[in-house]
Amino acid sequence: MCLAIPGKIVEIDPAQAHLGTVEVAGVRRKVDLGLIQEESPAAGDWVLIHVGFAMTKISERDALEQMRLLSMLGEAEQAMEEVRGYSLLDPAPPH
Amino acid sequence: MKYVDEFRDPELISKAAEEIRRLADPGRHYRIMEVCGGHTHAIYRFGLKDILPANIDLIHGPGCPVCVLPMGRIDDGLSVARDPSVIFTAFGDMMRVPGAHGSPLEHKARGTDVRIVYSPADALQLARKNPGRHVMFFAIGFETTAPSTALTLIRARSEGLTNFSVFCNHVTIVPAIRAILDSPDMRLDAFIGPGHVSTVIGCRPYEWIARSEGKPVVTSGFEPLDLLQSIVMLLRQLRAGEARVENQYKRVVPWEGNRAALKAMAEVFELRPYFEWRGLGFISQSALKLRDQYAEWDAERRFPIPGARITDPKAAQCGEVLKGVLKPAQCKLFGNECTPEHPIGALMVSTEGSCAAHYQYEHRKNLVSVA
Repeated sequence: MCLAIPGKIVEIDPAQAHLGTVEVAGVRRKVDLGLIQEESPAAGDWVLIHVGFAMTKISERDALEQMRLLSMLGEAEQAMEEVRGYSLLDPAPPH
Repeated sequence: MKYVDEFRDPELISKAAEEIRRLADPGRHYRIMEVCGGHTHAIYRFGLKDILPANIDLIHGPGCPVCVLPMGRIDDGLSVARDPSVIFTAFGDMMRVPGAHGSPLEHKARGTDVRIVYSPADALQLARKNPGRHVMFFAIGFETTAPSTALTLIRARSEGLTNFSVFCNHVTIVPAIRAILDSPDMRLDAFIGPGHVSTVIGCRPYEWIARSEGKPVVTSGFEPLDLLQSIVMLLRQLRAGEARVENQYKRVVPWEGNRAALKAMAEVFELRPYFEWRGLGFISQSALKLRDQYAEWDAERRFPIPGARITDPKAAQCGEVLKGVLKPAQCKLFGNECTPEHPIGALMVSTEGSCAAHYQYEHRKNLVSVA
């Protein structure tokens, strides 16, 4: 919850720009990009994720460092459990 | 330096350690507080204490949201879930944390509909899928998670989705630092500022600590080298008699924070006049509640809440540990009555609490070396 999880945006949802598919260590899940709209998120960007929301864009190098750090802290597995748990697969259509 | 082989830049680590030894005045004792629970965990995991000179003490601060949540809030939140139409949702970190009548997991075993979610957005999604049920999200965390709760509430409101509510326990870090600085037995010299909280709030909210209290603050990354560099930056300031806010974690923390996140929080939340912190007592303007325009999504206004208050046993000395007056092992209960398996005080509750981290990495090590 407190340490961010790094991931790479692989696709922005064409119907809802605030949702993106993000890949974390091979696992793909929908993540909310609403809090980084000012940073114009795009496919290929790396982000730090907290509880299903991208909080900031980072460089690829920092993303890899962050993943390594989670492993060193023994928290990588817990982070992947969190990512696998994100279940925003079929959001309701916007009003 | 037990984990030094794993360090990415052993040479830079040695240089930073050398610089720390050079800067630290041997005639002075330094007490530096790392505010964030993630830093506490990293400091123990990497054995940084072994790298630092003996006259530098790292004091582990209040930045573990699970630890500082009063037990009564858990009972209050779970009381809503007695209504069989309610689905109680919370992060996995909360599931084993006991209230007076058991943890969320124990309530689940007794038949309450308790579910783990990994995101507030997933709790909202559950509400969309279950229009005949009410989904309550038990929200917890500092500014790393509060913006996500805020944006989820903005979405719920714009969709007119009223079978969803939030039981809000979000707290803000700066008033807790103020409470620690205001206490008469406080003995801190400087602060390692939070990393990921600062990606949201930026560095400005710490400026008063430097300006009014004369204590340097450096926001820091989580790698061993980050933490050592932050200590170097703090010692340089202390040596020069300066007090400023510096940002060691520039690669991730923008000075101004995340404006969209701050805007979402301001739209949804306002400060509570006061809120209880386990181990620290009541702190004014230290927690968030939903604004009136979100009253319909506020579980505390939609449901009758008992307002349970459960005080920690007097023998638990969490407050003294948080303020740096005592070290974890100096508390009378540490390791005997109070263990991670049976936490009595706040700081033993989660791996990011200083007592639990100390127990996991130091206490067990000592037990092994004795045996």
